[in-house]
Amino acid sequence: MVEVYLPDSLARLFPGRPRRATLPAGCVAELMWQLDATWPGMRDRLCLSNGAIRRHINVFVDGDRATHEAELRPGAVVQIIPAISGG
Amino acid sequence: MAAKVLLLVGTKKGAFILESDADRGRWGMRDPVCDAWPINHFTADTESGYLYAGGGSEWYGPAVWRSGDLGKTWQQSSEGLNYGEGGPDVKTVWSLGRSNGHLYAGVEPAGLFVSADRGASWEHVQGLREHPSSSEWMPGGGGLCLHSIVPHPTDARQMWVAISAAGTFHTEDGGASWTTRNRGVRAEFQPEKYPEFGQCVHNLQAAPAQPGRLYQQNHCGVYRSDDAGATWIEITEGLPSDFGFPMIVHPGDADTVFVIPLDDLGRYMPKGQAAVWRTRNAGKTWECMTQGLPQQNAYLGVLRQAATSDTFDPAGIYFGTGTGQLFASRDEGDSWQQIADYLPPILSVEVAVIEG
Repeated sequence: MVEVYLPDSLARLFPGRPRRATLPAGCVAELMWQLDATWPGMRDRLCLSNGAIRRHINVFVDGDRATHEAELRPGAVVQIIPAISGG
Repeated sequence: MAAKVLLLVGTKKGAFILESDADRGRWGMRDPVCDAWPINHFTADTESGYLYAGGGSEWYGPAVWRSGDLGKTWQQSSEGLNYGEGGPDVKTVWSLGRSNGHLYAGVEPAGLFVSADRGASWEHVQGLREHPSSSEWMPGGGGLCLHSIVPHPTDARQMWVAISAAGTFHTEDGGASWTTRNRGVRAEFQPEKYPEFGQCVHNLQAAPAQPGRLYQQNHCGVYRSDDAGATWIEITEGLPSDFGFPMIVHPGDADTVFVIPLDDLGRYMPKGQAAVWRTRNAGKTWECMTQGLPQQNAYLGVLRQAATSDTFDPAGIYFGTGTGQLFASRDEGDSWQQIADYLPPILSVEVAVIEG
């Protein structure tokens, strides 16, 4: 299980305005699918159709910037943060 | 109960709803909706009462927002709004249209999607991008966008769409196959001035009062078709510029059209004088309508979907500028009033009349 923190600008697009979740995932790509299973449509907001993270979205795993291929250790802390480059 | 008139304004930073009554003399504005997303097209289905806003966030990608309670609450979805594995990513939703109970979305890079569930999910209308010309489609300055969706008034299998800068396309079989509809339309930026496709059409409109009559504002002139787009007649003569974005066809008179010519380089109204031009004879002659519009130092630009009309008699005409002003006429352009200011850059303007 990993802990994921969601930005407010993403949270308010979904019921319950989720800011934090604990989900099973072995890598970032799997985490995106878990988020989508919990809040349908969330993966589309974060990923391109090939699964890569959208250009202006940053994913940090235990403080380090990560791609969709990054592995997640049990207990990892994942932060999803909109990049300043998006405006 | 009297009619409620909603002016739906898509902007670079969210969507706005202005509200008036049938008199349209005074307008109230609500707080912005759609979370400050760029909204390229904000429209309504008055039969169902649903509002739809299509756009795309730099962070979160493209989506269509929908509201079933006249804008109080909203949901967004892009389920199925993609070209599949290996296809290009959809950047944004450019346009929305309705036909035969379905909702259509035009996107960038150019393509057409259809929804049977009020925008909750989408399916790609593949036939358009399978047209043999598609590998040669080139973008205009605003991107390769499908910006005009024009359904046939009575035949649900027919539709026209316009792509900048690929031209106008037509289907007779519900979107399974498409043909070009560009004969007679100039493309001055091409070595062949009248190519089969590749024109930079800016706005395509049908005349609701006369099936088979279409008009287009192009990068290179204004045109009319009397044969459903098979051939086009240029009607630019008398206008101060070939170039413009918006076009309005009168809801009840197929010979009355409004355009807003823009300086080709500055993309604002020529000479700093705001004007809307009107024809009452299908483009044979044009009148310059300026009463109530600023005539000095008014370098106003109006984008392709930022002008519209209502269905009252006389018809109300509305346009929004890139600098956030909204102007309205209650007498088909004879006189104008500014009804809003200080909005974000306006990308689209539509009207919904909600009967009581």
